[in-house]
Amino acid sequence: MNNDYNFAFLDEGSKREIRRSILKAIAIPGYQVPFGSRELPIGRGWGTGGIQITLSIIGKDDVLKVIDQGSDDSVNAVNIKKFVGRCTDVATTTDSEAATIIQSRHRIPETSLKNGQILVLQVPIPDPLRAVEPSERVTKQKHAEAEYSAMWLSLYEDLTKFGEINISSEYPCMVENRYVMNPSPIPRFDNHKLHNSEGLYLFGAGREKKIYAIPPYTSVIPLAFDDVPFKVENFEGKHCRLCGATGVYLDEMYSSDTGEKFYECSDTGFCEKNRGGKS
Amino acid sequence: MNKKVLSIKGLTVRYGNGCAHCKSGGTLTKNRCPICGTVWALSHADVDLYQGEILGIVGESGSGKSTLMKSLYFDFDITSGECTIENYKEGKQNIFTESMQQKRYIKNNLMGMVYQNPVLGLRMNYSAAGNIAEKLIAAGRREFHPMTDRVKELLKSVDILEERMKEPPKNFSGGMQQRVQISKALANNPEILLLDEVTTGLDLSVQAKVLDLIRRIRRDFGVSILLVSHDLAVIRMLADRTIVLLDGNIIEQGLTDQILDDPQHAYTQQLVHSLI
Repeated sequence: MNNDYNFAFLDEGSKREIRRSILKAIAIPGYQVPFGSRELPIGRGWGTGGIQITLSIIGKDDVLKVIDQGSDDSVNAVNIKKFVGRCTDVATTTDSEAATIIQSRHRIPETSLKNGQILVLQVPIPDPLRAVEPSERVTKQKHAEAEYSAMWLSLYEDLTKFGEINISSEYPCMVENRYVMNPSPIPRFDNHKLHNSEGLYLFGAGREKKIYAIPPYTSVIPLAFDDVPFKVENFEGKHCRLCGATGVYLDEMYSSDTGEKFYECSDTGFCEKNRGGKS
Repeated sequence: MNKKVLSIKGLTVRYGNGCAHCKSGGTLTKNRCPICGTVWALSHADVDLYQGEILGIVGESGSGKSTLMKSLYFDFDITSGECTIENYKEGKQNIFTESMQQKRYIKNNLMGMVYQNPVLGLRMNYSAAGNIAEKLIAAGRREFHPMTDRVKELLKSVDILEERMKEPPKNFSGGMQQRVQISKALANNPEILLLDEVTTGLDLSVQAKVLDLIRRIRRDFGVSILLVSHDLAVIRMLADRTIVLLDGNIIEQGLTDQILDDPQHAYTQQLVHSLI
């Protein structure tokens, strides 16, 4: 551990303030709580919201897993893991079940969260209404009044123009039938994992200075018209070429030699575990 | 006499803080206070609207016609006054003092508004269908196919081809944009329709179509209509009763024929004679 810095890099006052915001976010599921986003040794937009949450909640006995788009080995994930490891000395893992804190960008691990686990998601644009309303003042008012017509209208427009809803990630969800929430840029495939989960989900947007949360056993329903059901990515008939898994989120890849198309698990930790730890 | 559906009492809209002079009813220069510069856009207006009637509102530019309409549609904050709707809380609640949610309910369920400028009433980059569906969604509808059926029905009622429902109103002519606005306003079968200079800027043949449409809407849907226009020919053709506004004050009101054929106030006489 690098003793030039406080445990978990941030000073105790900052961590306490962020924890207070997290508590408020947990108390009001789906509500975006403003917080004093701190400067970190990485640029805004590179996961500073998620890192601040992780640094504020991590304790000496925690086990940390960091993934980026499902991968444990991407540059972003490795660097965050190193950074948190250096200033906390906590153990790190690639096993979703062994981790107590999982920080992620763009994916939720295939293995369901268990009671006591926390998933921290990095969020670039926390407000789901930003796509339909540029003014922060107006979106705050709309959230306060639960006035989400503009969001529904954008879904209606998609269905009218394209015959289907054209949102690939960040699909808006209704939390506890009160707030419409951006689940961060996870694929639609992961949306159902938020609903009635055993674990705690924390969302941090460092640049936008917002924290929000989904506590355990919270209702999280993707917005969908009564007669047009919500659809997820379809991987029917496809499997991971490494572990053979089906019914999981797969990355589509092409062989540079043969041009052949194949699929691999997006969640590398899950895939590795399926194969008995062989990479 | 028909049932009263809307009643406005003492509606005042003021831009500025006012001073002792203008607040106590002192003389104004047009509708502007010569001392503090406050503009009294609308002063103590009393208006009643009856079921199935078309009430015309005429007056020169700046007389307060659009202020009256936009205040009723909650686009402006009013200074004082009250308004009750017979079918809303038994006509006992002043709608201006309601919460934002209730005001939205009134806007989406009990009223429809057609603006003079379609940009104010339509999302120009959304499809015509989306524009109309917006009103249905705002009223709480969440079924896609029944909503689309309703959109088609409304577009048909204003003579817009179903094939064009996916096009944005920015591709439409001025008259078509007004017709999309009218169908949007009618989406939830409101009992009150606010039409603010709907024919202004349209050529005569398109004007005639829109006027026919308004007559048909009144006949088919039985809605009560507040119709603002500075075109007396439009008022004569459509309105049952007429209110004349000058500098934010109602100076004359009565049956349209009576107002236009036998005007009592000097300004109304001038207005009617300027037509000839």
